[in-house]
Amino acid sequence: MSEQLTSHAGGTQGESPSEQVGYRNKVRARWRTLAFEQRLVISLGGALVAAILLWLVDHALGYAALVITTIYWLRHVPARYKLPAEAAFVVLLAILALTWTTPWSLVLLIAVFAAITWIPGNRKAWAVPVAFLVLAILYPFYADQMFTMPIFGVWPDVGTGVYMLVFVMMAVGLNIVVGYAGLLDLGYVAFYAFGAYTAAWLMSLQFPHAHYSLGAVGLLPGWVGVHISIWIVLVLAGCITALSGIVIGLPTLRLRGDYLAIVTLGFGEILPKVAQNGDSLFGFNLTNGPNGITPLDAPGFGHHLSSWTGGFLPANYLQCCTQTVNVGFLHIHHQIQSYDVYFWTAIVLLIFTVFVSLRLQYSRLGRAWIAIREDETAAAAMGIPLMRTKTWAYASGAFFGGIAGAYYAVFKSATFPGDFYFNISVFILCMVILGGMGNIWGVIVGAAFLAYLNQEGLANTGAWLNTNIHVGGWRPNINVPLYASGIYGVIILIVMLFRPEGLIPSRRRAAELHEGVHDEPLYDHEVAGST
Amino acid sequence: MSDDNGNDVLVADNLRKEFGGLVAVNNVTFSVPRGKVISLIGPNGAGKTTFFNMLTGVYRPTSGSVTLLGEDVTGKPPHAITARGIGRTFQNIRLFQNMTAMENVLVGMHARMHANLFNSVLRTPKVKREEQKVRERALELLQFTGLRRKAQEAARNLPYGEQRKLEVARALATEPQLLLLDEPTAGMNPQESAEFTAFVARLRDEEHLTVLMIEHDMRVVMGVSDRVSVLDYGEKIAEGSPREVQKNERVIEAYLGKAAVEDMKRQGLS
Repeated sequence: MSEQLTSHAGGTQGESPSEQVGYRNKVRARWRTLAFEQRLVISLGGALVAAILLWLVDHALGYAALVITTIYWLRHVPARYKLPAEAAFVVLLAILALTWTTPWSLVLLIAVFAAITWIPGNRKAWAVPVAFLVLAILYPFYADQMFTMPIFGVWPDVGTGVYMLVFVMMAVGLNIVVGYAGLLDLGYVAFYAFGAYTAAWLMSLQFPHAHYSLGAVGLLPGWVGVHISIWIVLVLAGCITALSGIVIGLPTLRLRGDYLAIVTLGFGEILPKVAQNGDSLFGFNLTNGPNGITPLDAPGFGHHLSSWTGGFLPANYLQCCTQTVNVGFLHIHHQIQSYDVYFWTAIVLLIFTVFVSLRLQYSRLGRAWIAIREDETAAAAMGIPLMRTKTWAYASGAFFGGIAGAYYAVFKSATFPGDFYFNISVFILCMVILGGMGNIWGVIVGAAFLAYLNQEGLANTGAWLNTNIHVGGWRPNINVPLYASGIYGVIILIVMLFRPEGLIPSRRRAAELHEGVHDEPLYDHEVAGST
Repeated sequence: MSDDNGNDVLVADNLRKEFGGLVAVNNVTFSVPRGKVISLIGPNGAGKTTFFNMLTGVYRPTSGSVTLLGEDVTGKPPHAITARGIGRTFQNIRLFQNMTAMENVLVGMHARMHANLFNSVLRTPKVKREEQKVRERALELLQFTGLRRKAQEAARNLPYGEQRKLEVARALATEPQLLLLDEPTAGMNPQESAEFTAFVARLRDEEHLTVLMIEHDMRVVMGVSDRVSVLDYGEKIAEGSPREVQKNERVIEAYLGKAAVEDMKRQGLS
């Protein structure tokens, strides 16, 4: 912790012979004077002891401690030790694998992470995302073969994976608004709701007087309502939500900073209320009120496309998939299920989101967003139309929020007003802050982690705590998920205190947070927001 | 003033700005002829920067009009005025501190580019060509201002003098007809000021730019200006060649007080 602070201050003191140097600094100075070999032996020995102690608590904890230390040291050994060290590491992995006390998935995962650290820097930019993408796509096959994580327990199941991907998508969308353009949006959930209700209207029995279908799958005889193919609905949901973003944005984006946050907060509150009370809008049942709209049509490509691709694209997600994949020596026997297909579809949507987001970041518009974030006055003087540019950011963010909302509604086959409360807005914002505002990879990691915690992680952690912590016969018996909001609050607090730029920061954002931007308003109010 | 005089890049007619009861700029009429360097001087608080901010659309004038290249731009927002040909720098440097020098200049080209959200996502050949072109142009501008080697350096890491230069490069990137410099040599040492004076002269002579600058350093003002206008308490009190202005009684009075003028007169008489 103090190391963090001093390194942020830009100085590595420590060896100054002042009397005020603390005990901690003395230890650190002494540590530096040791020879490399001594340091290596001491830390590996320490790690080994720690690993054994942890192993007694939880086997996986022990393995993790051992392997993390090894990987850390592999990156720090001088060139002449590199080869023997790597050989030793491979032997360690082989022993772990061959004793069969360790699940093969742990060994494989460590091997992959180690391999990533060996990728040369100039290739990392694309090699790392590709490696993770492949791991993610194959996840349904090996999910049930994964080792048990320390504290967090089993790995998330594929359904949780879909939930995580949807929230990652929303976080990446919000990152355009908050991370790139620096507009604090506390009502992002409104876009999620818009997307979800668009899907619900166009894919359900909600309007019994209508009778229209377009490419929908799984309709029962005698159906009523509007039924449109999910692929069209996703596009429509994105576009309608982007439009709503523009409509909400036009009056609000004239405001700066905190004022914008408050107005967006208002919109975030208004929308769920409208959804809740929308079962009798002038006598018309628009949202079916608190009961929500359910069920929604199943997604699918229809028989035509399905047979045309030889069954690769499933006709109907809910009635699909009988193939079994067997990989004998890895103990993989997996029958593909509906959830898997939902999962892969979500991955495709996420890839699309990330692709667009990256393209935008390095474009004329992306530069304009960053310029506005840094100094609105200067940005305007450089010919950037503030309102229009901010509105584009808002609309792009809304677009992805809408698609994610629509997809999630279809996945759950339901939409309830209760899904769109203010806490979801804050939750998504937390994901962006935790991961690192402005850095898309950071946001993905942060969002995946928080979404996982929310869906499975906290419950698992609670179970772990309640079994492993006991004093005599006393056990804490904490219902951890009840404390979710508090736990997220503490996480954000810790992040803001010690690493305000997030887990994987964008270099630029980090500099802003540590040194500040100067953006004193210089405007007449009348001129400030005009297009 | 004559708007139809094709030789004036900018005409401000009876421009006035009140902040509550305070009249910051009092019916100033002012024109900038093409291809000249015009300096705007005056004691602190004379309304120079307010005047600049009205020309660039940051403030809306209380009354009066601004005509740029024959078009009335009064009350237009800053970006629209930049697009019509005024580039500016700021009194206290307002670079995008955490962007590189290159990116700062690229942002300056915003109004001259055509890529939009959709073709940026698709990265069409047109967008690629444009991006290529503006990057080359940005390097040229950095070369011109002597910052070529610092292209990938974050703006905040540049020394003060180079930040000033980068601000000019960024303003030049907007392809201005008229360049407004707000105290460009503030905080520079005499040698840097002299270099900057030569640089402004180059802008006029080689790039055929029209420059309007606010400046306190009289060596810079006298060294490069074709005409000097003096503001005091929001009013234009004198205008003319540097030599004329130097001798103008009201100017000396504004800067040094009445006593000084009388003192000089006595010396002149004796």
